Amino acid sequence: MTKGIDRRQFARLAGLGGVAFASGLFTHTGGGRAWAAGAEAAGDFYFVQMTDTHWGFSGDKINPEAKNTLRKAVAEVNGFAPAPDFIIFTGDLTHTTDDGNERRRRMTEFKSIVADLKVKTVRFMPGEHDASLDAGTAFKEMFGETHYAFDHKGVHFIALDNVSDPGASLGAAQLDWLKADLAKLDKKQPIVVFAHRPLFDLAADWDWATKDGKLAIDMLMPFEQVTVFYGHIHQEHHDMTGHIAHHAAMSLIFPQTAPHSVEKKAPVAWDPAHPFKGLGWRSVEADGKKASVTFTEHALKA
Amino acid sequence: MRHSWRRRAAFATAALAFAGGVAAGGSTEGSEVQTVKVMAKRFDFTPDEITLKKGVPVDLELTTADRVHGFYAPKLNLHAEVKPGEPVHLRFTPETAGTFLFQCDMFCGEGHEDMNGKIVVVE
Repeated sequence: MTKGIDRRQFARLAGLGGVAFASGLFTHTGGGRAWAAGAEAAGDFYFVQMTDTHWGFSGDKINPEAKNTLRKAVAEVNGFAPAPDFIIFTGDLTHTTDDGNERRRRMTEFKSIVADLKVKTVRFMPGEHDASLDAGTAFKEMFGETHYAFDHKGVHFIALDNVSDPGASLGAAQLDWLKADLAKLDKKQPIVVFAHRPLFDLAADWDWATKDGKLAIDMLMPFEQVTVFYGHIHQEHHDMTGHIAHHAAMSLIFPQTAPHSVEKKAPVAWDPAHPFKGLGWRSVEADGKKASVTFTEHALKA
Repeated sequence: MRHSWRRRAAFATAALAFAGGVAAGGSTEGSEVQTVKVMAKRFDFTPDEITLKKGVPVDLELTTADRVHGFYAPKLNLHAEVKPGEPVHLRFTPETAGTFLFQCDMFCGEGHEDMNGKIVVVE
C-alpha cells in the first residue's frame, strides 16, 4: 500500500509505523521543472536502502538465521523489476570485532554476498561496527571513501560519516567539506542525505544521536527540499527537524526496542512464530521533474 | 548543571553501597558533598547505578581500567572522555529529581551498546 500525504500531513504522522508513504521530500513542485544536478536529466527513478546487516553477528535468541538473512534480503531485492537505479547500504555492514583481520574477512564475505545484487551501482557507507575501532581504515580499503556526494537524475545525494569518530561526531573537516559541497547548489536543489546515525538527537542517552549533527542540519536548513535516510536504530522511524525529514530504516539482522520505550535499549528477541519480524529494507521512488518522492518499507518475508 | 568546585579538601570520599547501586556519601559540617567513584571497563561501569540527593553538590570521579571510554549523561549535561591513568572529576549539583541514563559514548567494541547505567536523583 502506498499513501500519498503532503508535508503537513507527514509532520503529523511522524512516528507512524506505516508501510509506505510519501515523504516531505520534494513537496515543492517548482512548476514541474527539472532540478538539474550535474549532467543527468531529472526524472523518475527509484533506489533501495539496505542497512545494518551486521555480517558476522551470532546470537540464536536474537536471530538464529543470521547467516541467511543477508542472502535472503539480496534475493528479495533481486525479485523486484525493474531493478533500482542504485542500492545504498547505510552502515554496519559487518558486526564489529577487535581483530582487524577478522574485520576484513567479514567485509570480504559481505562483499561476496552483495555482489549477487542485480544492479549496476551499489554504494556503501560505514557504521560504527565497521569503522569506529580503526577510524575507518579497513572500510576504506574495502569500500572506498566514508563520505561523498553524487548527483543522479536531478537529485543531489550526500553520504555523511558520523561513525569513523568513535565519539560519534562528523568532525570539523567533514563539516567544512559539506559546507563547500552545499555552496555549489541552488537553494531549490532537492537533496537526499544518507547517514548511519541519526543527525538529530533522537535519543542521545541511548547513543542515538550525532554530537555535531545539528551543525550539519543547520547547513542544510536553507535548502527547501532535504530528506535524510539513516540506519543505526534498527527500526523504521520518522521525525522532522523543521522542514527536514529524517527516516530510519529497518535492520537486516535484528530489530531494536523503540526509542525510550524501555529504560535500556535492547535487541528484540527472535519470534519463532514470526521469523524475520521487524527486518526489512526500503525502496525510495523519486521524481526530479515532479519534485516528489515516495518510499516503501519492505518487510522480509517469513 | 556544572558546579564550581572550590572546597575539595573538605570532602570525604567514602561511597556507601546499597540496593545494588551506590549512594553518594561524605560530608563535613557545613559543606556536604556527594562523592562517587565510577570505574569503566569493557563493557560496564562499576557501579552502574548511582543515587544522589537533589541540591547537594557532587564530585563524580571517573577512571578506566582498560582503554578510553566515554561517560555521557546528556540530560544532566555531563560528558567526559576517560583515558587510562587520567582520572576525571565531574562536579555538578543535581537540581531535578528523577532517573537519568548514562552510557559510554566512545565506541569500544561488541558490548559497547550495553555499557550504560543510571543516576537516580532523590529529594
